[in-house]
Amino acid sequence: MRSEPLLTVENLSVLFPSPKGDVQAVKHISFSVGQKKIGIVGESGSGKSVTGRAVLKLLPPYARVTADRIDFKGESLLDKSEKEMRKIRGRGISMVMQDPKFSLNPVRCVGKQIEEAYRTHRKVSRKQARQKTLEMLSAVRIRHPERVYHLYPHEVSGGMGQRIMIAMMLIPEPSLLIADEPTSALDVTVQLQVLAILDDLVTERGMGLIFVSHDLELVASFCDEVIIMYAGRIMEICDAKKLHESTHPYTKGLLNCLPRIKGEAEYLPTLEREDAWLEAPLGN
Amino acid sequence: MLEISNLNIVFGSGAAKNHALKDISFRVEKGASYGLVGESGSGKSTVLNCLSGLLKAWTGTITIDGQAQAPKRNAGFYRKVQMVFQDPYGSLHPRHTIDRTLKEPVMIHKLGDANRRVEKVLDEVGLDSRFRFRYPHQLSGGQRQRVAVARALIMEPGIILLDEPTSALDVSIQAEVLNLLKRVGKERALTYILVSHDLAVVSHMCQNIAVMNHGEIIEVITKKQLAEENLGHQYTRQLLSACKGFNREIINDFQDY
Amino acid sequence: MKDTTHSQHGGVTLKLKLLFKLKPWLLSDTPQSAFQASAGRAYLGLLDFLNNRLAVLGLLIILALISVAVFAPLIAPFDPIQTDLSNRLQPLSKTHFFGTDEMGRDIFSRIVFGSRLTLYVIGLVAIIAAPVGIMVGTVSGYFGGWVDTVLMRITDIFLAFPKLILALAFVAALGPGIENAVIAIAITSWPPYARIARAETLTIRQSDFINAIRLQGAGPVRIITGHVMPLCMSSLIVRVTLDMAGIIMTAAGLGFLGLGAQPPSPEWGAMTASGRAYILDHWWLITMPGTAIFMVSLSFNLLGDGLREVLDPKSEN
Repeated sequence: MRSEPLLTVENLSVLFPSPKGDVQAVKHISFSVGQKKIGIVGESGSGKSVTGRAVLKLLPPYARVTADRIDFKGESLLDKSEKEMRKIRGRGISMVMQDPKFSLNPVRCVGKQIEEAYRTHRKVSRKQARQKTLEMLSAVRIRHPERVYHLYPHEVSGGMGQRIMIAMMLIPEPSLLIADEPTSALDVTVQLQVLAILDDLVTERGMGLIFVSHDLELVASFCDEVIIMYAGRIMEICDAKKLHESTHPYTKGLLNCLPRIKGEAEYLPTLEREDAWLEAPLGN
Repeated sequence: MLEISNLNIVFGSGAAKNHALKDISFRVEKGASYGLVGESGSGKSTVLNCLSGLLKAWTGTITIDGQAQAPKRNAGFYRKVQMVFQDPYGSLHPRHTIDRTLKEPVMIHKLGDANRRVEKVLDEVGLDSRFRFRYPHQLSGGQRQRVAVARALIMEPGIILLDEPTSALDVSIQAEVLNLLKRVGKERALTYILVSHDLAVVSHMCQNIAVMNHGEIIEVITKKQLAEENLGHQYTRQLLSACKGFNREIINDFQDY
Repeated sequence: MKDTTHSQHGGVTLKLKLLFKLKPWLLSDTPQSAFQASAGRAYLGLLDFLNNRLAVLGLLIILALISVAVFAPLIAPFDPIQTDLSNRLQPLSKTHFFGTDEMGRDIFSRIVFGSRLTLYVIGLVAIIAAPVGIMVGTVSGYFGGWVDTVLMRITDIFLAFPKLILALAFVAALGPGIENAVIAIAITSWPPYARIARAETLTIRQSDFINAIRLQGAGPVRIITGHVMPLCMSSLIVRVTLDMAGIIMTAAGLGFLGLGAQPPSPEWGAMTASGRAYILDHWWLITMPGTAIFMVSLSFNLLGDGLREVLDPKSEN
């Protein structure tokens, strides 16, 4: 059973029609996710966020999504109706987005919102749900869950808000979490603390994690496997620990243009984009 | 030369009182680059806003080229000090062409010769004349940030304040913009004050770095000290280890400062 | 193929060629002048607008109204003022398309000439009220503090009264007549514009591009007129257009109450008022000017909705 991946995506393409010509945001990509941490890295416009949304069918209706296969736990998501997808979202696959403030309802206290997320997926009493909410809040290392339960979204800091969001997404106990830049609005130390929570959930519960980010170094140190995307294509998929040994010119270029604390060079190397990257098929 | 001493600013009063800057003092020589690092709420951007004159309610002294600056600045000040903002999407007027954005300061200060100045400065930041009559929404993030740099340069200032100039950009674009800043800084002997949360960016750009936390400068380090990890304050060490990426062991030891 | 058409229909192809040249020029990603850049922008806006059928319909009706007003003496078959008591209350016929009124005047001719009054009223109100509103709003929003308090309390005083009642009070004080009606309507219409402009200014004021221009040493006059106002303009234009219907209604209402245009001038509101007495036996007296008011109001609403879609800054990029 363990060898069977949670999510398999084959030949996924996403096209956005536009008056100035259609935009192909994602081009024929395939990957699979097991019970580990997969990072999707790319620059803005590389299609990394669109990929996550396409899997959950969260793209606007005018987007044209095609794929040979999107299988989640052996079930095809391709022919699921919106109603069936709603059952999968939350309990099967959950998603955390970049800015928690936009995803939380501003006029309800955060505890109630987490509780509701739980009760839509499980038939439990209000008391049990509340108990579970408080447990979840302490699981994401919120020190006074009882107090935070009654706060409104505007009363919490960015880091706290993101932890609350994660608690809300994790309370239905999804098998797979898609985290789209979940920490890039946070300070570095808070960012790492939030990632530590996600890390624990993967190791303790056997959850799968797709971590979408622009931060190559962070993904290399945090994830097990890295998918590098450029212009809607997968440039390479590699073991995170071996990322620094990558031979792909795009990956090398991205790593090189980062400033280093120990760096001495006056000017940073810049990335020379090659048209060949847009043509080359993925060799695997 | 720029010198700040005992800069204080307090926002609000009563229970909501927030002493945002506490006795900030530092000195930057002409042609040097000075970095301010810290996490959100450390007051690093507030220092820039006091320096630029956007905030007026501060106390202390700000001296630029030997002249003490009052909270309300005169026209001469803006020709000496310019600023580049963090968000390249928000710092250009959406309804003005690049040409108009760049000409405006020339008009305000009646410098004359606007066309030649615009051409020259666009060339200097690596944008050819094709970009001159575009609107900001027709440019990419990196190109917009180049325009923002051009706008600061067109006044031929001696000091440029950089408020997280690359944190909204992709790393490959960040490298290009940092290189641009370094090159024009060298060519024009500019003094930079760079605010950033990214230790690597600050250490790449600046010789001296002030580490800020809760409105105070807790430590001033040199680029060399940072590279050798010869750091005095525990907070700076934590910041440095956080910049190195995810390491499960050290995260549990993180403290709130 | 092309060569033969060229020789045969030289004029047509020349026009087509010009059009083909113009389009890339307008849509160019690399405009060569400020004029080309703004023309390109306007062209894209026009394309957006033309996609909205109802808005185009609204615009067509308004254009028709304007041309009727301009060419009124050529269109109207009769004098709108001259009475002919032997010919009163005639039903619709080939000579009198919309019949005649209680004084024997041709209703069609009166409506045609009435369009001038209508345009006069809405034009003047827009010219007076919109600039006042945007000035008060942007100044108030930009400076804040006591300037804001004073200006907004004055605005509140105007907003505290129902529009028509306040207009009535002003006209009663100034004396009836179309000029005074215009002044009264303008005085009562600016406060909502000031409110809108102020709200927009409050958000614009916070933005980095305003900070940036302040750091270039620009003074408040330059910032407000050159940077804040252009961004308030689009929502204001939309709002004014949508308000046109209300202005027409108020003008008609004042006319109906005898405080607007004075008889015998062919103002639509006054016409409905005098037609009221004959509503059961001679329906056309009130229906015809009423329909005209309705059509013009509706078309301004349609146009306003269309403009909102084109000009709304949120739908950009």
